[in-house]
Amino acid sequence: MRKYSVFAIAREAMRAHKGWEAQWTSPEPRSSYDVIIVGAGGHGLGAAYYLAKEHGITNVAVIEKGWLGGGNTGRNTTIIRSNYLYEESMDIYEHSLKLWEGLSQELNYNVMYSPRGVMMLSHNIHDQQSFKRHINANRLYGIDNEWLTPEQAKAFVPVLDISKTARYAINGAALQRRGGTARHDAVAWGYARAAADRGVHIIQNCEVTGIRRGPGGEVQGVETSKGFIGANKVGVSAAGHSSVVMEMAGVRVPLHSNPLQALVSEPLKPIFPCVVMSNTVHAYISQSDKGELVIGAGTDQYNSYSQTGGLQIITHTLDAICELFPIFRRVKMMRQWGGITDNTPDRSPIQGVTPVPGLFVNCGWGTGGFKATPGSANLFAHLIAKGEPHKLASGLNLDRFRTGRLIDEAAAAAVAH
Amino acid sequence: MLLIHCPYCEEDRSELEFRWAGEAHIARPENIAAISDEEFAEFFFLRNNEKGLTYERWRHIHGCGRFFNAARDTVSDRFLMTYKAGLPKQPIPVASKAAAIAEEKTVETWEATEGDAR
Repeated sequence: MRKYSVFAIAREAMRAHKGWEAQWTSPEPRSSYDVIIVGAGGHGLGAAYYLAKEHGITNVAVIEKGWLGGGNTGRNTTIIRSNYLYEESMDIYEHSLKLWEGLSQELNYNVMYSPRGVMMLSHNIHDQQSFKRHINANRLYGIDNEWLTPEQAKAFVPVLDISKTARYAINGAALQRRGGTARHDAVAWGYARAAADRGVHIIQNCEVTGIRRGPGGEVQGVETSKGFIGANKVGVSAAGHSSVVMEMAGVRVPLHSNPLQALVSEPLKPIFPCVVMSNTVHAYISQSDKGELVIGAGTDQYNSYSQTGGLQIITHTLDAICELFPIFRRVKMMRQWGGITDNTPDRSPIQGVTPVPGLFVNCGWGTGGFKATPGSANLFAHLIAKGEPHKLASGLNLDRFRTGRLIDEAAAAAVAH
Repeated sequence: MLLIHCPYCEEDRSELEFRWAGEAHIARPENIAAISDEEFAEFFFLRNNEKGLTYERWRHIHGCGRFFNAARDTVSDRFLMTYKAGLPKQPIPVASKAAAIAEEKTVETWEATEGDAR
């Protein structure tokens, strides 16, 4: 792999940019690998990269039904933060945030991580108490998070309406300055390039149709649309389709797949300096580097794999955006899409071993998986390589639904995610 | 937005009047204190989450207020039928199955709809 640098740009500029090489190859699958990862999103590609880099396991295939990064990695609103309430959550999201900070350098790929701040609006006394509890928990754990008065919030985001007569008046906000956004495609592409450089096979347009198990119940490999591919270790990182893939091995996981929608506006001049989210009236908004307002809506209430959602969900979000930021009322929305999120009963992810020897699972990231991409991938690689979870991810096991040791971010999180 | 047929009101009403209420036909264990942790986890947390035909409960919360069951395709979101609570799992009528398959084959593109109209 040739390194990207200012000198590379200069060199290619001299020869009409004809020397750029493909970022990753598309090889035919071998008959077997040491490890197979199902799902080439950020989490799966990242896990393959860390397997190769940190654990020396390079005989790895990442198998993808569609195209690389075309699922939720390419459909989310790219919000990064780590201000969760419980230690299990703070551990993994903060691990992830620290990896984000050095990711562009590490991958030699500009993932455009931008720590522009994530602000959560408080609209009532319950929000205020909940956010302050989060802030205190975070600060005690060494994670930055601070309380702002409405005036301070307005100073940070000048277009915010803080008047007392506003329909959704605010009484303060929580701000995590290290939170922000990154470029979603670049994360998948950067990991794919770095993993392929270390010998990982990325096999796109290849659907896993079954998981083959031996006489002892152990994993022997996967049946795919390109034939059987053997491996003693299979990691499933299939987001909204995790239930479907796990069912192939006879493992039931406590997931609901729900559509989640997002939309972007026409490009505007820079006007919005950070990410603002409001749980109470349900709005997420930031501005991409291209100038589009990126807006996240809510999930639909029912299980679905349709990658579309109801229009009433979007209009509900836009109602709130127009009230909070009256200046955006005449902005036109350009594109809208949906992804399928995999939600657990306690709204915390599942990463761990399964009852099937050799089968590992990384799922349940629900509506908030993008921010966790590097951390989740890093710890998933550890899990697959060692056969047991890293201590930062040990609480995320599948067994917690039997033992009752849930990580109840559903009730306690500042937002649904 | 979905259009849902309430089997009690016998009307198609908008999704805004309804609340989804999870997988249908799950029987609560008779003596819940006696079951093992595994059985409890199974009953309480594990759901089928099917891709394709699913049986689920809905509640007409802003209408008659009653729970009922529905069979729906989770890929097309099309309702195949709805039926009253308490009835056993209903087989899917052949006609609605065929209609669902026909609908799946219909690919609506801009050219096929707006484009032709112009």
